[in-house]
Amino acid sequence: MNTALSIRNLSKTYSGGLEALRGVDLDVEEGDFYALLGPNGAGKSTLIGILTNLVRPTAGEIHVFGVDARAHPERARALMGVVPQEFNFNVFEKTLEILVFQAGLYGIPRTEALPRAQELLERLGLGDPMNQIAQHLSGGMKRRLMVARALVNSPRLLILDEPTAGVDIELRRGLWEILTELNQKGTTIILTTHYLEEAEKLCRNLAIIDHGKILEQGPIQDLVRRLEVQTFVLDLAAATTLEQLPSGFQIRQIDPNRLEIDVPEGLTLNQVFAALEARGVEVISLRNKSNRLEELFLHLVGRGRL
Amino acid sequence: MNARRLWIALATLLHREVGRFLRIWMQTLLPPVITMGIYFVVFGSLLGPRIQRIDGFSYIEFIVPGLVMMSVITNSFSNVASSFFNARFQRSVEELQVAPVPDWIMVAGYVGGGMLRGILVGFLVLLVSLAFHPVRFHNLAIVMAFLVLTSLVFALAGFSNALIARRFDDISIVPTFILTPLTYFGGVFYSISLLPPIWRALSRLNPILYMVNGFRFGFLGASDIPTWIGLVTLMGLAGALVALNLLLLARGVGLRT
Ligand SMILES: Nc1ncnc2c1ncn2[C@@H]1O[C@H](COP(=O)(O)OP(=O)(O)OP(=O)(O)O)[C@@H](O)[C@H]1O
Ligand SMILES: [Mg+2]
Repeated sequence: MNTALSIRNLSKTYSGGLEALRGVDLDVEEGDFYALLGPNGAGKSTLIGILTNLVRPTAGEIHVFGVDARAHPERARALMGVVPQEFNFNVFEKTLEILVFQAGLYGIPRTEALPRAQELLERLGLGDPMNQIAQHLSGGMKRRLMVARALVNSPRLLILDEPTAGVDIELRRGLWEILTELNQKGTTIILTTHYLEEAEKLCRNLAIIDHGKILEQGPIQDLVRRLEVQTFVLDLAAATTLEQLPSGFQIRQIDPNRLEIDVPEGLTLNQVFAALEARGVEVISLRNKSNRLEELFLHLVGRGRL
Repeated sequence: MNARRLWIALATLLHREVGRFLRIWMQTLLPPVITMGIYFVVFGSLLGPRIQRIDGFSYIEFIVPGLVMMSVITNSFSNVASSFFNARFQRSVEELQVAPVPDWIMVAGYVGGGMLRGILVGFLVLLVSLAFHPVRFHNLAIVMAFLVLTSLVFALAGFSNALIARRFDDISIVPTFILTPLTYFGGVFYSISLLPPIWRALSRLNPILYMVNGFRFGFLGASDIPTWIGLVTLMGLAGALVALNLLLLARGVGLRT
């Protein structure tokens, strides 16, 4: 497998002295769907900014599909497409022109760019002639316009900085489909998001970054499995009293019909149910209290209970 | 990027820059033509006949080349300054930064757009002047050389200005406090031979004087100053400004944090 992106010891200190990145190492394999997670201000956009020539690194090395980004910046950039966190197109331009312009900058002639741009706009639900002027698009449409723009040069590495922020559920799902399809066809994708279910649903590998440092990286499944305790919420068939609850478990009563239970590694749900059954407590349904990735995330960035 | 791709990128940028000033021609092409038309009426038709001939030319004949030059200067400069600053302000300049476009293409695209606007406006102003006096060309090659070099120099200056500007106000500082006084004192309306010696000497420090005189020489065959000095000055300024812009871009000034 080739490495799509390899980052070594990347740091960035902004002119005010703020250290946004502190020696980041990151590897993304070709064909991967990679999540870059972290709280606000963690340094995600700074990292992406460096990759895409918007932010100057203080130190570090970057290779994109083996191309040294410092020695051959243009060759490295030709391989990437980016959807930035903030809108950055000329709002007075027409959507089609924005795409054709971007294509031209990658050396795609206008005659070739026009049908391609039209097709991308349609694919992203912006084909309606009503949506010609970028200024008149809704927030979610503007974001999709930036996705279309990033795809115009058929990048091998697609980087999306919170592409689904402010996009409604239906459109978000539409975007997920498009991204999944691109990934299946071989595009390597790096995504930042604050919706952890989204990361868990789409991505295979992740890195969690905070205060400019990578806290954890690897396959999502492995990382989640390392969580030592899971919390479940149980809905009960009938009201229970505190005396009914089996001892030896971390059980809390939320209301007479609902319980919360911490299940540490080594304990099985069968054991839990057996104990409840013995006490005559009937469980109708069960769910994770929070998304497991969310728990891992909170744990790592130091805001969890663990 | 091979040469073809670079060429497409440059053509793309030029296409958009030219499209922009043509689309908003009411703000970009019409005002200078109207202003200069008024100058022609006031100075050429109303005051001109009362003013002595300069170097044997009627006053209107004398001021037309200078006024054309003045329009070229302000329009080349302000086209790049406002278009590029606006791209920075709206952040759409990031489209160029993200793409595999070398810095010099960015400069060439914006500056090329500014030059084309300056030259087009100059041509339109010259066209309007025909209503007042027929034009004569002493040496068309010199006219063209000054036209192209002057628009290049001021388009480049507009680029530098837009790069270091922090607010919209910053791009009107240069036109207001530098370009306007230098143009008015640059021999557009008078021959420096009419000035007292001290002012004549001071005027020679003004680069615009050389441009106006060289350009006028191309039309009339008369000038206060040898033409080659103007050409050398312009080429020197152009070279220095190209270097300045590339240096600022390499350092990320105004574009990369
Ligand atoms: N241009 C800048 N100048 C100075 N500091 C900056 C600049 N841009 C970002 N920072 C700081 O760098 C840190 C990292 O910011 P960054 O935008 O990379 O975070 P992020 O992970 O993308 O956050 P979010 O999830 O909110 O988008 C923050 O503390 C931010 O204030
Ligand atoms: Mg961000």
